[in-house]
Amino acid sequence: MWLAAAAAALLVAGLGLALFWIPEVEGDPAFPIFYLHVPIALTAYACFGWAAWKALRLLWMRESSYDLESYTAVHMGVIFAILTLVTGSIWAKYTWGQWWVWSSRQLVLFLVLFLFYSAYFMLRYSVEPGPRRANMSAVYALFGIVLLPVSFLAIRLAEDVIHPPPVVVTREGPQITDELMLVFVVCLAGMLALAAALYTNELAGKRLDGSLRELRESLQ
Amino acid sequence: MSSSDKFIAGAYLVFLAAVLLYVVIYSFKISRLEREVAELVELARRRRAA
Repeated sequence: MWLAAAAAALLVAGLGLALFWIPEVEGDPAFPIFYLHVPIALTAYACFGWAAWKALRLLWMRESSYDLESYTAVHMGVIFAILTLVTGSIWAKYTWGQWWVWSSRQLVLFLVLFLFYSAYFMLRYSVEPGPRRANMSAVYALFGIVLLPVSFLAIRLAEDVIHPPPVVVTREGPQITDELMLVFVVCLAGMLALAAALYTNELAGKRLDGSLRELRESLQ
Repeated sequence: MSSSDKFIAGAYLVFLAAVLLYVVIYSFKISRLEREVAELVELARRRRAA
């Protein structure tokens, strides 16, 4: 509950500041989309990273509860990845005049990441529930972690002429003013809190579903 | 409303719509779980009475 409240407060504050307080960035009037698009993308990476961590715990500790946690994190990550692609496309349409550019390695790598995790569900639902499915899903989620640094670093290494260069995490430090950085941090914290709130709710719902199924079986 | 404002509004509305859609889907899920719990309670009562 407090996570959802924190997410709402931080997002309303952050996005409100981005829209009404930050002056227009020269050369990109659609820059307020940055405060939505980048935190959403980083949250998607965080969800996939969390899924891999839970998958590792499952394979290491042989504790079956981690399977549901890893699955829920992938579920959340895919939702945030879809939002990353959609908000990025809207920004791209304004800035580049196109919804999608296949020559941009950053875009294509993120799409590959999204498709990889979308295929996770196909794998999961093609196997009967049980330890075999849990192990296969965990190994798949762990493989995905390899794609995260590739996708994250692509924007830095690819010398992409289309996708804008990083401005927050660079070797020379943040390339944006303190005000922009402050609003970005508030938006990122809000987005992470939102993901944590959704993850907690979704996990509770899935656990409740499982418990009810078990109860029904024992009562019938 | 300038051209950039429309795109900014579009991006923010997509995000808002996604959150609202999630809330709607989740409220359906909660209703289903409530119904299932009520069914199970009824089943347990009948078993106790029998």
